This record gives sequence, C-alpha cells and structure tokens, in this order.
Amino acid sequence: MTDLDVFQKETRAWLEENCPAEMRTPIRGDEDMCWGGRNYKFSSPAQKQWLETMAAKGWTVPTWPKEYGGGGLSKVEAKVLAKEMHKIGARSPLSSFGIWMLGPALLKFGNEAQKLEHLPPIARGEIRWCQGYSEPGAGSDLAALATKCEDKGDHFLVNGQKVWTSYADQADWIFCLVRTDFNAKKHEGISFVLFDMETKGVEARPIKLISGKSPFCETFFEDVKVSKDNLVGELNKGWTIAKYLLTHEREMIGGQGEGVARPLHEIAAGLLGLEDGKLPEPMLRAKIAEAEIDAWVFGQTIHRKLEEAKAGASLGADSSMLKYYGTELNKRRYELMMDASGHEGLEWESERSNGGKTARDWLRTKGNSIEGGTSEVQLNIISKHILQLPGA
Amino acid sequence: MALVLNEDEKMLQESAEGFFADKAPVKALRALRDNQDETGFDRTLWKDMADMGFAGVMIDEDHGGVDMGCMAAGLIAVEMGKNLTASPFISSAVLSATAISKAGNESQKALYLPKIAAGETLIAFAIDEGRKHAPSKIELTAERAGNGFKLNGSKAMVIDGHVADQLIVAAKTGEGKTTLFLVDPKASGLETERTIMVDSRNAARFEFDNVEVNADAVLGEIDEAESVIEAVLNVGRAVISAEMYGASAQAFKITTDYIRERKQFGTEIGRFQALQHRSSHLYTELELAKSAVLASLSALDTGDLKASDYVKMTKAKVGQVAKLAGVEGVQMHGGVGMTDEYDIGLYLKRIRVTQELFGDTHFHMEALAKAAGY
Repeated sequence: MTDLDVFQKETRAWLEENCPAEMRTPIRGDEDMCWGGRNYKFSSPAQKQWLETMAAKGWTVPTWPKEYGGGGLSKVEAKVLAKEMHKIGARSPLSSFGIWMLGPALLKFGNEAQKLEHLPPIARGEIRWCQGYSEPGAGSDLAALATKCEDKGDHFLVNGQKVWTSYADQADWIFCLVRTDFNAKKHEGISFVLFDMETKGVEARPIKLISGKSPFCETFFEDVKVSKDNLVGELNKGWTIAKYLLTHEREMIGGQGEGVARPLHEIAAGLLGLEDGKLPEPMLRAKIAEAEIDAWVFGQTIHRKLEEAKAGASLGADSSMLKYYGTELNKRRYELMMDASGHEGLEWESERSNGGKTARDWLRTKGNSIEGGTSEVQLNIISKHILQLPGA
Repeated sequence: MALVLNEDEKMLQESAEGFFADKAPVKALRALRDNQDETGFDRTLWKDMADMGFAGVMIDEDHGGVDMGCMAAGLIAVEMGKNLTASPFISSAVLSATAISKAGNESQKALYLPKIAAGETLIAFAIDEGRKHAPSKIELTAERAGNGFKLNGSKAMVIDGHVADQLIVAAKTGEGKTTLFLVDPKASGLETERTIMVDSRNAARFEFDNVEVNADAVLGEIDEAESVIEAVLNVGRAVISAEMYGASAQAFKITTDYIRERKQFGTEIGRFQALQHRSSHLYTELELAKSAVLASLSALDTGDLKASDYVKMTKAKVGQVAKLAGVEGVQMHGGVGMTDEYDIGLYLKRIRVTQELFGDTHFHMEALAKAAGY
C-alpha cells in the first residue's frame, strides 16, 4: 500500500465518522452554503459542527500550510480528499472569498505578519471578506479606478466608492484596490489594502438586481482610516496582485458550469415528458443535445488545462478562455431551462415555481459573462496574450 | 483519461510533424490534383509512411505492426490534417486494419495485416451506400449460393476504393443481420467508379451484380458484424476527428498570420476588434476540439466504457468547430480567400469532407440523444 492509499483509507474513515448526515445532502441554494463571519447565523447545528470539525483539521483549506490554519496537504492529497468528499456527497464546509481569492494572494504577496493575522481566521470561517474592485467609472476598464488613498503619515486615508461588492453588507473585512498615485500611468498607481468594514466611514448599500435578489452592494468610503500595516505588497504595485487574483476568480467562475449539474435532457424530460422516447419538441431537443456535448467538451478542456498546469505549464491567459466559454455555456443552459419550463418557468412568486427559482437563476446567469471581466474583455485578453494580434 | 501527451507520444508527434511538413506539404496535394494523378496519392510517400511505422500503427507486433493504438493514430492524423496530406492511412491502416484485427481469423490476419503494415496491400472499407452515413441501414445483400455467397447492391463513398487491392464489404445477410466480406475489386460482376471529391481526394462507387465470393471470404462471424462495424467506425471517427482538428488548427494559423500582415485603411486588419474577437472565439473552440479529440483517443485505448459516447460527442463537436474554422478562414482572407492560389480554400474543402465522413454532427447528435433516452 502506498502512502497515498493509506491517506485515502484514513480520510474515508475520518469523513465517515465526522461528516454529519445532514451535510451529505445536495445544496439546494445559497441558504445551504456556509459563509461564516462574525455575524453569521448557521442554518443548523450540523452546519456549525461540520465547519468547526473541518477547520480543526485544516481541511477548509487543505493545501494551505498548517501554520496558517491549513491542512498542509499536497495537491494530490487534496484531490483525494475532494474525491472522498464527493463520494459521500459531503458539502463544502465553507464558502468564502477569503479562501478563493484573498488567501492565494496573501500567500503569494503578503508579509509574515499579515499571513498570521488574516489566514487562520479565514480558514476557521471567523472573518468573512468582500472584494473592493469595480467602481462606477471602472468596470471593464478596471485600472481606471479612482478611490483615493492618501498617506497621512501614520495611516492611510481612503475616500471613494466601490460597486458590485459581493455581500459587502454581510462582510467583516474588505480587500480593496485604491489609487495611491494619481500622476503615474493608470496601472502603476494602484495599491492593494485591507480594512475592517466596521471602520468609521464605511457604508454598504445592497443593489437590487433583475433577479429580485441583492447579492451585490455599493460601498462608500468617507475618510476611512487604514493602518499602514494593511498594505499588501509594495505601494503602487497593487495591479500585479489584482491580476493574480482575477485569474483565480476567472477560473472559479469559469468552472461553475462543470460536472455536478444535472443533465439538461433529464430536466427537460421531467418538465415536458417524452413522446415515443423523445422530447416532444425536436428543435429544442437538438439544442439540448448540442449544449450537453459542449458541456462535456468544456469539462474535458478544464481537465486538460489543469493537467497541463500540473505538468509545469501556467494556465495564464487560458483562464480567460475558460471564463469566457464557461459563462457563455451556463447562460445557454439557463436559456434552454427557461424554454423547457415554458409558462410555469415565468411564475415569480408561486409555490409551484419555488418562488420563481428557475426565472431568478436564469436572470442571475446573465451576470456570469459580465462579472470578473466581461466576455468581451476575455476575448481582448486572448487576442493580446495568446494570439498576439497587432494592437490588441 | 490522459489529456496531456507522455514522452513517447510527444516523440511520435514531433517525428510525424517533421515528416509530413517535409514530405507531404500542401503543395504535394496541389501537384496530385493538377497532374490528374491516377492513384490520387503518392505511393512513394505511402511506402515512406509504412517505413516510419505509420501504416502499422493499429496492427500488433506479431503481424508486422507497431501496435501503438488510437492515440498514436490520432497524433499522426493531426499532422496529416495540418498538411492536407493525401494517403490511404484512414482507409487501409485505420479502418481495414482495425476490422481485420478485431474480426479476422488467424489466416486472414496473417495474410493481410503484415502487408497493410508494409504499405504493400491497400484494403478499403465499404460501408455506406446512400447520400448519408447510415451503417444501420445496409441494403447490399449477400445470399448463400453454393459454397459461398452472392452479393448484390451498391456501395458509395468508399475511400480509396478506386485503387484498393481488397474491399471489406458490409452486407445484409438477413433481417437486422450484417456480415463482413473480403472482396476482390476485380471480381466478375463488380463495377468501380472513381469519384474524385471536392477536396481532390478519392473515393469510389461500386455496383455489385451477382458477385460471387467463397465462404472463406467472410470476415468475422456470419450475421454478427454489427458490433464490429460500430467499433471500427468509432476508431475511424476518432481518428478522422483528429485529422479534422489538425486541418482546422492550421486553417486558423494561416488565417491569423494573414490578418497580422494584410493592410487596409492604412493598418493591419488584425488590429480591428471585429476580427480579434472572432479569432479569440475560434481559438477557444479549437482548444475545446483538441480536448475532445484527446479524450476520445485516450478513452478508446483504455477501453473506457463510455468511449463510444465520447467519440460521438467528439465527431459532432469537432465537425462544428472545423466548419467554423473553414468558413471564418475564407471570410477573414477576404477576396483572396476565394482564389485557388491561397491555401485556405483547400482547407475549407478538406474540412467539408471530414465533417461528412462516418457521420456528421447531426447524425451523432441524434445518436447520442437516442442512446441517452431522449
């Protein structure tokens, strides 16, 4: 038996003993995801227990070093853990921008004190983070951001506004791009700072979306004092961190369409029934077949790109390709779901429609190809960095 | 499934890349076409391919092959696709070699496989009859007669059939029953029509009028050929998808090279976002096509239970991507894309043929939907 076999066996036994039965059922929606944070209300005792047990083991962030609250696992071991969790249908113990986005950036660019201060609370789900990137005047052109950060001797003073700050109203801290030099070229005057959302002068206002939900906020900063210890990396070098983090975000958004989703044809057959073993609408049937083929091919492409990265290649601009295709595919999927749902899919409040779930989810997917850099921006990145077309 | 090449595969890919670029570039195809070559491919090249081991890629070592499998055949096909290389690789080395390896008895294997691997015997695989690929609707009949069978009916789109030394013919031997036969194309009652195709490659139509064959002409079990045919076709579909991907990737490359250089309105047209975005989209689709091809070839080699589904999804997807690559290639070339002088048109034509071979996108979408129960 290899070491990995032993690890697999022990992991399986440990999960069997420690994962509560309630945490082995499929996630039905946002309300079943555990986000953690100072003011978080657990949806059940099992959810709390699962988070605490996994965090104690370092397995909310299996590959992070142990001194920062991680499990210290190798990539291969982490894959085994993920597989074993998948086998028993175990839910992820913690959903967190701290894990997905800030953590990797801090591990790469943060100093030792910052890592020790911020990473363990992220791993334990005690501090919930939000991302301060976009501004009203800096969407696709993110580097045009204008939130001002002035050096006041012993501290920074931040003034400005962010928008599309995911769950800012529920977050404890923010990682934020600010302008520290207004005279430099736009990419060279940006810094990456962290501060507490309870600091005086910070205000988050939820934005009501077309889905009727409000996962995003406008966030205002008025004379917000930020400790100089909370500058990550060098002053005016924040764009490098921003790009690194965006790459992570793209991989995450791009990967959402993959794998776990129920096949479209099953959903459609459930809604419309079958006639002579076929979906009753031949044109819709063809489009569903096409979308399912594309979903499989996309899944294979993610696997291939990750395998290549393991073999020493960097994902780099290919993350833009995955983000572009994955989000467009997910939009197509929900258009077809709406087609198959017909009249009932249009109901917005009824119990029959589970409060308009399909329609609201469909509307939500429209943001997939906008957030994290629009499809058009991803195509620009491919043109420039992969195809190297002139002037791109 | 392995989606990244290992060292052996990388070596094979590099040697095939150098070989075809050197020995069989696009201008070789132009020469065959312009000289109205009787064979339609270069027999010296085919001999060289056999010496490289390419003709024996699907044949085991006991029968003179190199036994490298589908991934290897696919990697070779990608390079042939890039160079639009004409050769009997698909017909003889892939389809027929696979059919004989899977279904043949020992004396048939001993008789034919070493000669296929050596490039000495060309065997064509005759399955289709009508306008569209329909392996489940074979109408050519084989009736028992004396010590053997009598064949009546027709075959079409038999790749390289016009110069084949032997044919493998799928015939109906009863309701829902199919049998494969080895047939000499010079047999009495068998008429051959060479059909030069849009891509300057060759296939043939055959008319069978009471063509007699002996009982030992049967390849595999009588009445039981359906699963063998499906297995052979799946290998063919995966390998032709690889060739189609190679042709598409090269069409894309020459197109992006062109828009980097071509100037209009005082600047390179590759600067225009209208072309950049379409190029980036096409790049994305080509990367997807590549993943599908590698996944299918790998699944066939490892005997994955879902290999058949993967192959069908791949043929369907790569067909669409290849079409886009050909169509966009001509459009982005503008007027010169319509001229015979530029290569992009040759790619468009080859892609159209590979789209159709062994089932087009619609055929495989339908098959997949049916198999999945919707």
